[in-house]
Amino acid sequence: MNSAALLVRYLAISLRGQLQYRASFLMAALGNLLNCVIELAGIWVLFDRFGNLSGWSFAEVAFFCGTVNATYAIGELLATGFDQFGTLYVKTGDFDRLLLRPRSTVLQLAGHELSLRRLGRLLPGLVIVIAAWAALDLPLQADRVGLLAFAMAGGVAFFFALMVLQATMCFWTTESLELMNILTYGGVETASYPLPIYHRLFRRFFTFVVPLACIGYFPIVAVLGVDDPLGTSRLFQVTAPLAGFAFLGVAIGVWQLGVRRYTSTGS
Amino acid sequence: MSDAIRPFLAVVSARYRTLLQYRAAAFAGFATQLFWGAIRLMILAAFFAAATEPQPMNLTEVVAYVWLGQALLGMLPWNVDADFREQVRDGTVAYDLLRPLDLYSYWFGRTLAFRVAAPTLRGVPMVLFSMVLLPIVGLGDWALTPPASAFALAGFVASLVVAAMLATAVTLLAHISLLWTISGIGMDRILTVLVTVFSGLIVPLPLFPDWLQPFLNWQPFRGLADVPYRIYSGNIPAAEIGGELLFVLVWTIALVLLGRLILLRGVRRMVVQGG
Repeated sequence: MNSAALLVRYLAISLRGQLQYRASFLMAALGNLLNCVIELAGIWVLFDRFGNLSGWSFAEVAFFCGTVNATYAIGELLATGFDQFGTLYVKTGDFDRLLLRPRSTVLQLAGHELSLRRLGRLLPGLVIVIAAWAALDLPLQADRVGLLAFAMAGGVAFFFALMVLQATMCFWTTESLELMNILTYGGVETASYPLPIYHRLFRRFFTFVVPLACIGYFPIVAVLGVDDPLGTSRLFQVTAPLAGFAFLGVAIGVWQLGVRRYTSTGS
Repeated sequence: MSDAIRPFLAVVSARYRTLLQYRAAAFAGFATQLFWGAIRLMILAAFFAAATEPQPMNLTEVVAYVWLGQALLGMLPWNVDADFREQVRDGTVAYDLLRPLDLYSYWFGRTLAFRVAAPTLRGVPMVLFSMVLLPIVGLGDWALTPPASAFALAGFVASLVVAAMLATAVTLLAHISLLWTISGIGMDRILTVLVTVFSGLIVPLPLFPDWLQPFLNWQPFRGLADVPYRIYSGNIPAAEIGGELLFVLVWTIALVLLGRLILLRGVRRMVVQGG
């Protein structure tokens, strides 16, 4: 069986499992949905009070917010195994079993679970993007839609990479630390607003060290068809999402270093 | 009197010591909240930069609001105690019924310790950082300013004590609801939403639309964050501090009575899990 077919089979099993617990899945999805709605409501309150955000309109900021939420939801959906890696695999020593199987650990962990409750963030995220698209009267051109899809694909790779890095830290710390939440949840919060409002050091960090802006702000500026107050070129904005894939490549490299270092806690 | 209080003090201090063991987690939490505070500040400051008319709060007051919110985040009743949830799930909660103590007071003490330990660990470094370190590195505009006056400081401390009681009463309502729902996952989510929005944590309450203010002013959750933080910065003037404290106190007493009533019913129909 090839890797893709195996992954699909893993995920199908996970789906069937979750549908056994419908109430608990619905409750958790509802919670995620509420969080997303509240985030948008918070932005609306500030716009209602202040009118605009250094020239950006509510619909534009909602576009940022919806895109990053949808992107993050997909990344999280695919990387649940990495998200819970410390508790489920390292602390228990169960990672040994994954190492014994003749398939890559990344594939097996990606197939750990397709966590349906993440849909609670994905659906409102997509609705917000579509509503903002309509409110801004953006023409429905193939190149805009294509660029948005490309940015989101880069974003999924980016957030998947963050989860892989978070899991890699567990080889050293055994337990998952809250520290990576800065980049995951904090990243979603940060990318919900246009980059120029942040301090120079934050902008550099989220462009060159952790390329959050490359999968969020820069390509979206091109999708919106506005000029970037930071003065970047269209070519840069359109190609920036590649950084998300490069980041994933680095993360998997670091992961393999971590795997080599792994010593089992099992007895 | 002292005989009646001693068991609760013992419970409080034991829980406190347990929670203080997790220092690495506390450090991670500190870093997270520092980042969170910085992002919130930059967003709010960007909005303020565009403001043309006077706002119900000025930026200095908002900065204090954000840093105090990050320092005292753990005190907000946004989640239930995982140990308690486990106790209800595996049935060991029944042992609590056998103790020769008033059940509500015993749980109140335990929950109070759960709510207060985290902010002490995270709050002190956060205040030091935002009040002392930020001006030193030249970011004085973003620093937590000292309280508006000595009277404001006293009012702030008093309002924090009442806020801790209120937070405990709310958390305890969630704990008691576990006797019915067992898993409590849904409860956690609803609590988080209610508390973070209506305490002012997401957006300071005075910045909400004016037509919402009458409602916001009468709901209990503002006693958790909005009232203490605005007393601190002087946004609530000295003359109004007493009235605000009374307002929060009345809500706290109401929620304690409600909790007692529900607990009474809960214990009567409780089914203990496990065999």
